[in-house]
Amino acid sequence: MYQFEYHRPKSLDEVTALLARCENPKILAGGMTLLATMKQRLAAPSDLIDLQDIAGMTGISVDAKNVAIGAMTPHHDVATSRDVAGAIPALAFLAGRIGDPLVRHRGTIGGSIANNDPSADYPSACLALGATIVTNVREIAADDYFRGMFETALKENEIITRIIFPIPQRAAYQKFPNPASRYAMVGVFVVKGANGVRVAVTGAGPGVFRMTAMEAALAKNFTSAALEGIAAPAEEMLQDMHASSEYRAALIGVMAKRAVAAMLA
Amino acid sequence: MTVVAMQVNGKQVSADVEPRTLLVHFIRENLQLTGTHVGCDTSQCGACVVHVDGKAVKSCTILAVQAAGAKVRTIEGLADGDRLHPLQAAFKEHHGLQCGFCTPGMIMTAADMLRRIPKPDETAIRHELEGNFCRCTGYHNIVKAIKAASEVM
Repeated sequence: MYQFEYHRPKSLDEVTALLARCENPKILAGGMTLLATMKQRLAAPSDLIDLQDIAGMTGISVDAKNVAIGAMTPHHDVATSRDVAGAIPALAFLAGRIGDPLVRHRGTIGGSIANNDPSADYPSACLALGATIVTNVREIAADDYFRGMFETALKENEIITRIIFPIPQRAAYQKFPNPASRYAMVGVFVVKGANGVRVAVTGAGPGVFRMTAMEAALAKNFTSAALEGIAAPAEEMLQDMHASSEYRAALIGVMAKRAVAAMLA
Repeated sequence: MTVVAMQVNGKQVSADVEPRTLLVHFIRENLQLTGTHVGCDTSQCGACVVHVDGKAVKSCTILAVQAAGAKVRTIEGLADGDRLHPLQAAFKEHHGLQCGFCTPGMIMTAADMLRRIPKPDETAIRHELEGNFCRCTGYHNIVKAIKAASEVM
């Protein structure tokens, strides 16, 4: 790992001042991706700005309409929250399957969404549920937030503070994990709510995306059978040593059917 | 360099380290507590698991400066004097270790597991061990040892 300066500010104002002053700063949340990347010397920030001491960035609140999760809330807290399990069980289920227990104790929802790894789990929940990403300066709809591989709508000095998930009628998440990393080879999040049916796919393409053909089919007939024959274009899917693009495309159908079946069970 | 202070196994410790020092190196090199192992150094194998403020984490993926002010427990802090922790006794009894390299991480992960899930079944134990690798592939006896420890704790 290259040298850097470490800062542990107490307020968001201090964070923005540091972001403006430092040459090539990076915000440190749980560090589960950033530190691993720095150890490989794939990232070399001049300064790390650790958010752990900033008040009000951790915690979960649930009302009749929404689940709001502070950006610094670790996956473990979401996975084991009774409030989340009661309001959006699929979200707690998803959080409980990120990485392993040790990673879930450190990794945060804000860090995951800011990084926007194409195989991360949370982006699918945000997109399918129509979440709002709240930053220190504005609110961004999930539909406008995810911009492809590791790209988001965040500006240079913008900090995610919390994520607001509208509570749906029903939802389910199914993923085919890479057996070593537990990242999603393919993950599908299906939601039935006030805005109809939404199907978001992670792991398969160069960034999270919606399967609108599946959404239309499920809106007419909400059964696994309605998804028969609806395929994602394999040529647009990712390919690596773990799975070909054709395999990933096929897994989307399998995971989507399992999610719908889980919602009907 | 920056002074980092924390509590490790009940004792207040501090050292002057570079910000890039990983917690595992602080523990092994500055404190000379070499029970915590570095296996993969890529946050996968779990040989470096310690507890930070009561939660099991991979100490190769946390900076020492991030743990400043925290309470850390390592494998050396688990036994009560000469009396082995029930998990340590169960690993011995059930042959839960072969080469022993992964054992400190396995036991620290298991201790955290049993804090959260006092009576796990085999499926739960295996799910909770997803972040710990045993290259001797001795998982069967590790699972047996954890189950046995859960019954006496």
